[in-house]
Amino acid sequence: MRILFKTSYDADLGLFAHRYQAFWYFLLLAGAAGLPFVMNDFWIGEVALMLIWAIAGMGLMLLVGHSGQPSLGHAAFMAVGAYTNVILQASLGLPFVVSFPLAGCAAALAGALLALPTARLHGIYLAIATLAVSILAEDGIVMLAPWTGGVSGIFAPDIKILGVGFNRYVNAPGFYWLTLGVAVLVVLGYRNILRSPLGRSLVAVRDSEISAQAIGVNLARTKAISFALSCGITGLAGALMGHFAGVFNHETFTIFLSITLLMMIVIGGLGSIHGAFLGAIVITFLPLAISIVREFLNERFGTASVMPPGIETAAFGAILIAFILLEPMGIYGRWIKIRTYFELFPFCRRDMFRRQRAYLKTGRIR
Amino acid sequence: MSLLELDDVTMSFGGLTAVDGVSFVVNPGEVFALVGPNGAGKSTIFNLVSRYCTPSGGDIRFESKSILGCAPHDIPRLGIARTFQNIELFEHATVLQNLLIGRHTHRRSNAISEILHLPGVRAEERRHRLAAERVIDFLDLQPHRESLILGLPYGVRKVVELGRALAVEPKLLLLDEPASGLSAEETDDVAFWIEDIRKVMGITVLMVEHDMGLVNAVSDRVLALADGRALAIGTPQEIQTDPVVIEAYIGLGDDEAGE
Repeated sequence: MRILFKTSYDADLGLFAHRYQAFWYFLLLAGAAGLPFVMNDFWIGEVALMLIWAIAGMGLMLLVGHSGQPSLGHAAFMAVGAYTNVILQASLGLPFVVSFPLAGCAAALAGALLALPTARLHGIYLAIATLAVSILAEDGIVMLAPWTGGVSGIFAPDIKILGVGFNRYVNAPGFYWLTLGVAVLVVLGYRNILRSPLGRSLVAVRDSEISAQAIGVNLARTKAISFALSCGITGLAGALMGHFAGVFNHETFTIFLSITLLMMIVIGGLGSIHGAFLGAIVITFLPLAISIVREFLNERFGTASVMPPGIETAAFGAILIAFILLEPMGIYGRWIKIRTYFELFPFCRRDMFRRQRAYLKTGRIR
Repeated sequence: MSLLELDDVTMSFGGLTAVDGVSFVVNPGEVFALVGPNGAGKSTIFNLVSRYCTPSGGDIRFESKSILGCAPHDIPRLGIARTFQNIELFEHATVLQNLLIGRHTHRRSNAISEILHLPGVRAEERRHRLAAERVIDFLDLQPHRESLILGLPYGVRKVVELGRALAVEPKLLLLDEPASGLSAEETDDVAFWIEDIRKVMGITVLMVEHDMGLVNAVSDRVLALADGRALAIGTPQEIQTDPVVIEAYIGLGDDEAGE
């Protein structure tokens, strides 16, 4: 176990707790940047998809994990990002470097507009309201066919930055590095939010609205900001997803995508940036693992005829239920427990992570 | 000049009148206590001053200005901080983070500069941290600085909540039963802290308390309430010997044994 000796307040304000932590994260980043040199284009594409999931997951994590506002409508904001990005490029001829941030801004604006009428909703009611948004978005895309291409879909033009093409099939490493760059910037922004008064006001709204007000946090405004930031990040992921898919229509951004996003952050671990990435790894690579196992079984035992369809969905469902029952803190929560066990070895106690009983909350006014 | 002034304040919830025409004045620099049996309207008065409820009649003035036009989140900006009867902390945050959230009214940076973590944000964070550390030193919270609230025992949570209210650097501090659920030693600590809050920090205190020992020890003036009405106002000794107050607390003295 490492004992940190802090000698200034800046030690708590830095991005990393200590130099060794910084070293490991930079090593991880260097390893990620070097992946294209050891992987073929298919696997690089999958890792890029994982990073896109992670960016979308961070967007949702900010809202669900840190502001405590559940959302089942984030597929809609991915759609806003994806369509805005492509339409700005195709119709107005804007370059990617301009249309991409604008796509994020459009999704952020949409999120803030949603937050205004839903500011007074809590928990399950907010989830249902956002669910409605997700369903509306699908129909909205079809109805706005002149711009969105409706059912027949829309082609994402190739990304070109300073004359270099970033088509996913032609330049897979390029697209991957682009995605990695966006992911790193989002992580930095997210970390900055968490160590600033803004991040603390989000946590305040999540844990106790009544005392958040008592120390001067404007609830409606804070919720609107959290929705805007969350939907903006998700919109960026949507824009990248559009380029990744190449062509997409209303069926790309369905309610199932929203549920997958929510599932991802619950499995990964609510309330941590790590959780978004760990969840994204599961969401991206579990279907691959299942199909590999399925092929292996088919070849070995000839079970192709008895293998039921939809086994991925069943596996996801089972994993989600298992996590909620056995490890509500997700993969990251489990990792912290394992790490603590080894750091304190042999002094870790079984009930070290057991919650103290929650004391009675003030009778809610309203 | 009075700091807080309640002028004929009435609050009814449907047919129930929780506060019925109560008027009193809290002067700067004093410790003012509200006492009374359960349901007397003490907590309702707190919620009225915090603007969680809007009175059905009357006016509430802070520094001679009516606060009825303010939203609940404007109240701490005026200089009124409060604690809750049943602790309302941010449970999934550390003690230090809870105190730093208390500094919200002193925030000067905006969201965009915070996302970019501009140098100004960092300078401001250092100032907030310094203020939070002063509170930690004052309340002896050093051992718990990095602990999550949900792992802390009740007594410590009570102190953290007091600390969060102090981090606001208010002019008026509302304490809703600061000693409820605390041991005798912890209650003594609270008494010392309230003395220091008044004398060293110069903060006026308005508190609701059932522990008459604590009320006697720290308060300058006491208002006794029963069934939403003000019964008597005066020093703790005057209140405890007032026949009307004794009657409200203990009932009619039909039998002499009923003390």
